Amino acid sequence: MQALYAQLLVGLINGSFYALLSLGLAVIFGMLNIINFAHGALYMMGAFVAYFLLNNDYLSIGYWPALIIAPIVVGIFGMILERTMLQWLTGLDHLYGLLLTFGLALIIQGVFQNYFGSSGLPYAIPDQLKGGMNLGFMFLPVYRGWVVVFSLVVCLATWFLIEKTQLGAYLRAATENPTLVRAFGINVPRMITLTYGLGVGLAALAGVLSAPINQVRPLMGADLIIVVFAVVVIGGMGSIMGSIITGFALGVIEGLTKYFYPEASNTVVFVLMVLVLLVKPTGLTGRAA
Amino acid sequence: MKTKSIASFLLGTALSLTAVGVACAQDKTVKIGALSDQSGLYADLGGPGSTLAAQMAVEDSGLAAKGWKIDIISGDHQNKPDIGTAIARQWFDVDKVDVIVDVPNSGVALAVNNVIKEKNGVYINSGAATSDLTNAQCSPNTVHWTYDTYMLAHTTGQALVKAGGDTWFFLTADYAFGGALERDTTAVVLANGGKVVGGVKHPLNTPDFSSFLLQAQASRAKVIGLANAGGDTTNAIKQAAEFGIAKGNQKLAALLLFLTDVKALGLETAQGLNFTETFYWDMNDQTRAFSKRFAAKMKNGAPPTMVQAGVYAGLRHYFKALEALGGNPHDGVKVVEKMKSMPTEDDLFGKGEIQPNGRTIHNAYLFEVKKPSESKAPWDFYKLVGTVSGDQAFTPLAESKCALLKK
Repeated sequence: MQALYAQLLVGLINGSFYALLSLGLAVIFGMLNIINFAHGALYMMGAFVAYFLLNNDYLSIGYWPALIIAPIVVGIFGMILERTMLQWLTGLDHLYGLLLTFGLALIIQGVFQNYFGSSGLPYAIPDQLKGGMNLGFMFLPVYRGWVVVFSLVVCLATWFLIEKTQLGAYLRAATENPTLVRAFGINVPRMITLTYGLGVGLAALAGVLSAPINQVRPLMGADLIIVVFAVVVIGGMGSIMGSIITGFALGVIEGLTKYFYPEASNTVVFVLMVLVLLVKPTGLTGRAA
Repeated sequence: MKTKSIASFLLGTALSLTAVGVACAQDKTVKIGALSDQSGLYADLGGPGSTLAAQMAVEDSGLAAKGWKIDIISGDHQNKPDIGTAIARQWFDVDKVDVIVDVPNSGVALAVNNVIKEKNGVYINSGAATSDLTNAQCSPNTVHWTYDTYMLAHTTGQALVKAGGDTWFFLTADYAFGGALERDTTAVVLANGGKVVGGVKHPLNTPDFSSFLLQAQASRAKVIGLANAGGDTTNAIKQAAEFGIAKGNQKLAALLLFLTDVKALGLETAQGLNFTETFYWDMNDQTRAFSKRFAAKMKNGAPPTMVQAGVYAGLRHYFKALEALGGNPHDGVKVVEKMKSMPTEDDLFGKGEIQPNGRTIHNAYLFEVKKPSESKAPWDFYKLVGTVSGDQAFTPLAESKCALLKK
């Protein structure tokens, strides 16, 4: 029984990565109508930026500033991508965005792999978060606890920003009827660029959070992105709260599968996706287009 | 002047025609296919470095100066047996490849083994671990260099059981390699009076091991055996440190660890790990000299892993056999028989032999990863703990189930 509680907690930890990543995807899809396949590559870039900040002889910037700097750096890179490529796809079928971002992901991963190889680079857990505590039923590394709390806060803050503030209201309006919103004197293209930057920043943030747990590897995003897409589909494409809740829930379900039948742990998410799509094609919390 | 240049042109043409004639008569053209994981989790331990090792073997063989024409092509099997066999078939049918080298990933290696046997090519496998290549699925076309699961189990595994680690829990990569390594190590544990209290089979390329590590912790086994490789092993080790496993009463056994894995982990995390390799760049003057030349040509300046060293040494021995045959390298069985009939000796693995089942026998070394304070140079990672002679480390012929031995 103790082991079961432990698995639930570990599942929640993985779920926080799923939630953060699928949240970024949902924001981008909800606001820009782009299925951002480059999300995994941008997540990986976040981890690499943190690595460079730490290991550069001149900078030596540690984990804490990297949590802010890496999302900004990668977010700006994302905005450049949006301005130079993605904006030309406005109004076209989703498929074009998907293909473009998929190609971008392959290129970014290829470049990193060419320079850094595939086995990865070490990134130590920051001193303040080293060690762990004995919860009775399991040993919880402090860092993993931090990841859960921090991602929950970021997820809820993003949800609040989009659903409860005036800026969020503009954003939602702009996706529904861009012409009308423009008529109110709001610069819609700039808003869209910033939104893409926000989504990408969230991916990069997840990358920084992940760096001390996983190796900083060029393929770290590619390994994760398909699962995250399944999370978004199950939650309902574009639904912010849906992706947060599904992210955490699927982490837990995956953790339980690892306990009861480990061989299926990589596929359980997709089995669920198929079941959900059969019963409710718009996803658990999605609305029909 | 003009007459002179016409004369030299005619002489040159005549000479090159003679050369072609000689080449046709003795057929001294060889094509090598370096088949590896060029982009996935095993790319750093084999991959482009293996192709480089093959090129260096060609250059160092000196055969080009003796009229041989040797080409190398490389391919990426992406860790998928179907892609690996498709490339191998195309290489034999279209590109007229004579020998395939490297092929890490046991699943791919076993599949490719069948193709090479069918096409009567030569297979010098360095990258794959499964002992089945020279055991149940042995082939007259195959030489298995470098290492295998039997050797890993009988060196690292045995040493740990003898040091008191008598209860084991396995984290096993769920494909041919993991299964073979768990099977061989289990046999060693049981034979030495230990027992296996449990295990988990995890999918290849698993980013998160925390659930599995918790199960291993709950089992209270003294040793957690990692029957996986590359990125899976490094992730497991890193996360085990995070969960405080090394500080508890449990010991982590990396049954297979490569130089590039230690680099990826960093010495801070990897220090103290015990494992076995058959080659390390800093063993002696010869290995250092070769590794220096190798590293100078690698983009990241990395010295060779044991897999890459095995590609080099295996090919050097192959060339010696070709030279002894005098030509016609296209009959795989004949070339491999020649290779088996000659003792092996090279700068990287020292003296050894190839057994009739295709297994190359040479020394294996038990290493321990140095502490960060002990490391003096960028790739100075290992301390030598012990040496196991080849006949102790690899499958004894009496135990081999290879059909080639039943003639």
